[in-house]
Amino acid sequence: MPRKFVLQINGSERTTTTDDDRPLLDVLREDFQLTGAKYGCGEGACGACTVLVGGQPTRSCITRVADAEGQSIQTIEGLATEGRLHAVQQAFLDHQAMQCGYCVPGHIMTAVAFTQQNPGASREQIVAAMSEHLCRCCNYPNLLAAVTSAVARP
Amino acid sequence: MTDQPFDARHAEFERYELRESPPYVFAADRREFVQLLGAGLVILVAAKPAAGQRRGNAPARREESLSQRFHLGEDGVITVLTSKVEVGQGARTQITQAASEELNLPTERIRVIMADTEQCPDDGGTAGSRTTPSTVPRVRSAAATARDVLIRLAAEHLGVERTEIKFEDGVFRAASGKDASLAQLAADPNLQSRFASQTWRDGVEVTPVNEWRVLGASVPHVRGRDTVTGRVLYPSDIVRPGMLYGKVLRPPSYGATLTSIDLAPAQAMPNVIVVRDGEFIGCAAPTTWEANQARTALAQHAQWDRPRHPSSANLFEHLKETSEPSRDGGRDGRTWGDSASTLARLEKKLSTAYTVAYIQHAPMEPRAAVAEWTEGKLTVWTGTQQPSRVHSELCQSFRLPQDRVRVIVPDTGGGFGGKHTGEVAVEAARLARSAHRPVRLQWTREEEFTWAYFRPAGLIEVQAGVDANGAIAAWDFTNYNSGGSAIDTPYQTAAGRTRFIAANSPLRQGSYRALASTANTFARESAMDELAALAQVDPLEFRLQHLEEGRLKNVLRAAAQKFDWARRRSNRRATRGVGLACGTEKGSYVAACVEVEVNDDAIRVLQVCQAYECGAIQNPANLRAQVEGCIIMGLGGALYEAIEFEDGQISNASFSEYRTPRMSDVPELDIVLLDRKDLPSVGAGETPIIAVAPAIANAIDHAVGVRSRSMPLRLS
Repeated sequence: MPRKFVLQINGSERTTTTDDDRPLLDVLREDFQLTGAKYGCGEGACGACTVLVGGQPTRSCITRVADAEGQSIQTIEGLATEGRLHAVQQAFLDHQAMQCGYCVPGHIMTAVAFTQQNPGASREQIVAAMSEHLCRCCNYPNLLAAVTSAVARP
Repeated sequence: MTDQPFDARHAEFERYELRESPPYVFAADRREFVQLLGAGLVILVAAKPAAGQRRGNAPARREESLSQRFHLGEDGVITVLTSKVEVGQGARTQITQAASEELNLPTERIRVIMADTEQCPDDGGTAGSRTTPSTVPRVRSAAATARDVLIRLAAEHLGVERTEIKFEDGVFRAASGKDASLAQLAADPNLQSRFASQTWRDGVEVTPVNEWRVLGASVPHVRGRDTVTGRVLYPSDIVRPGMLYGKVLRPPSYGATLTSIDLAPAQAMPNVIVVRDGEFIGCAAPTTWEANQARTALAQHAQWDRPRHPSSANLFEHLKETSEPSRDGGRDGRTWGDSASTLARLEKKLSTAYTVAYIQHAPMEPRAAVAEWTEGKLTVWTGTQQPSRVHSELCQSFRLPQDRVRVIVPDTGGGFGGKHTGEVAVEAARLARSAHRPVRLQWTREEEFTWAYFRPAGLIEVQAGVDANGAIAAWDFTNYNSGGSAIDTPYQTAAGRTRFIAANSPLRQGSYRALASTANTFARESAMDELAALAQVDPLEFRLQHLEEGRLKNVLRAAAQKFDWARRRSNRRATRGVGLACGTEKGSYVAACVEVEVNDDAIRVLQVCQAYECGAIQNPANLRAQVEGCIIMGLGGALYEAIEFEDGQISNASFSEYRTPRMSDVPELDIVLLDRKDLPSVGAGETPIIAVAPAIANAIDHAVGVRSRSMPLRLS
């Protein structure tokens, strides 16, 4: 049965009425028009839907909205502050880590958490973390360069 | 082969493109039907499809006025209009550069509106690497003409001769110091009439390559900032007031026909609209969640008849058995000398077959569309490479005259040749018509993997041999099903025959980045190494001996030199090997050298060194990204990707089961871009994919003495 949810999204309280089992991705995109997180596979395999829940990169397409309740949810729309890009966004821009760009918000959200949690990470660590995401344009060299520079200057 | 510019006659212009009717043709409802008859439009509707059947890549060659191509805004920003779409290949930035160069305006003052059938002149679809050689020159000629019109108008404003005007940074200055801005000209009512009456022709004087300032530079992605902030709205992000979310009921297998269905359980769900129209059954609801539940209810109460369908296990036998030499033998066929009798007397010869699996584009954004009906007029936002064709499919499906349908293509999440059709647009529009509200429909990944189309599978047979001097004396090359792109060999051969033969494809197939040139280059370049072995000549040397001087030979030498081929080929290390391949397609030239490591059953590509030449380079950074993207995407087709099917179902219709390249698969990349400022620029989004697989196959043979003749490559 649908019930009321109060969600903490990008620092604000947002309410919606829906079922416990509905994917967080659909709630973000359809109830709040936060369309930066994308549908790519529906099984948590490609990473296009990645947002931060409680600071952790989370595949919102396989996360029940009920499981995100009470935790802080951060999406790509909440990263830049007062028109200033987050350092990871800036690194993606500087290194042109985008072709069609559809996978980019998901990549950025994982990279934001990764750079915070792994300052000075090695190339192998970066590749291992970012290989959980797919980019079908295969712009991986630029994506790697962007995350490498963000790790060096968090 | 000489350094001649690209001859368009050698391109296979998407001949392998799908040529199908729209997925559904709906009965006009009674009210519309009466209106059509009453208005005498039936004849118009019947007569119009001829225009809709125009091939997607052949733009209408009509005279075009500047006002169809440009709008000058009162903010001093010039809007450029084109029917091309942005799917990640960089066309938006490149067209911005072209206009900026010729208008002498900074890129920030150029805005590009792409692929709106109501606003944009028809430059054709986005395919065949045609934006660079065809659209960019058109935009440049138009922009150069527009600049001249603007300068003349500014001269009138300032009361001076036009030769006195200097135009820089959006300001027209007379020698006296008086000036006029673009914004001022925009407010002049004369401008619109001048733009409307001024036509332009190809061949207008444009900035010579050696004076380029904006073209030729690594201008970054013009929507970069919006991309990293999540603000780019892709087709699946479009929201319209009161919009619902749709789902379509799919058959459980290919060719299945519905025998019965009970719609009632889905119809009983709150907020759900169920639509049945002939073969089409779908639903719409205020959320995807509710629409999904309704579709599940529909599927649970549907009965189907499922016909037999071939399996991927016997695919290549099936293709050969169903091939029709009489149907296609002539079109791509070429015969020179008498290869059959030459082969009969040669001692050093081979007779082999190569196979290429079906693979899928799997763009990150599955097909999506938002459809809205307003007073009998249909507007659809959708991700397609062929807006004009989708427009025509919508007109046919709903029996609408052309001016009642508008297709808008927002920048789209990947294409790779896979989004040439309008199924999702037609489906969204059908749902929206019954719902009386806008509907967004996005296919699931499983739907995309099942109901979109595939790169054709193929079987390629090669019989060839070398004479006592090590020269190729006979070359017989037959491609079953996968296509005729790049089927001609660039090598000198005394006698030969090349043929493409169509077959009965068990899966729906169509364009894919570089079309069949990947398959044909794989077979040819693998066979070249096999012949070089028979002739006991180094593979590089063997190719150079059979090539005329020219662009292909140049990239082959460039790659080999950068890779240090001679040394690395002769100093083989245990389990490691090096291989090379080269080819040409769509007027550009590529050569790749690779190093692989083979341990047990695992093939690891350690390095790819690729040289590429596509005429004068228009954006080096984007070119590099396209070349790297092609190489890495090519690793997928070379090593992992193969669509499997059985009983009419795809067995690996998900990203967890269909392996595509990841960052951890990326080898060391060495890219050599040859900038030929003396040659016209051609498109670069496809050809850099074609040499990857055969170079790897040749390196595997060098490493462990195993000749793999299938894509994806297998060791046993």
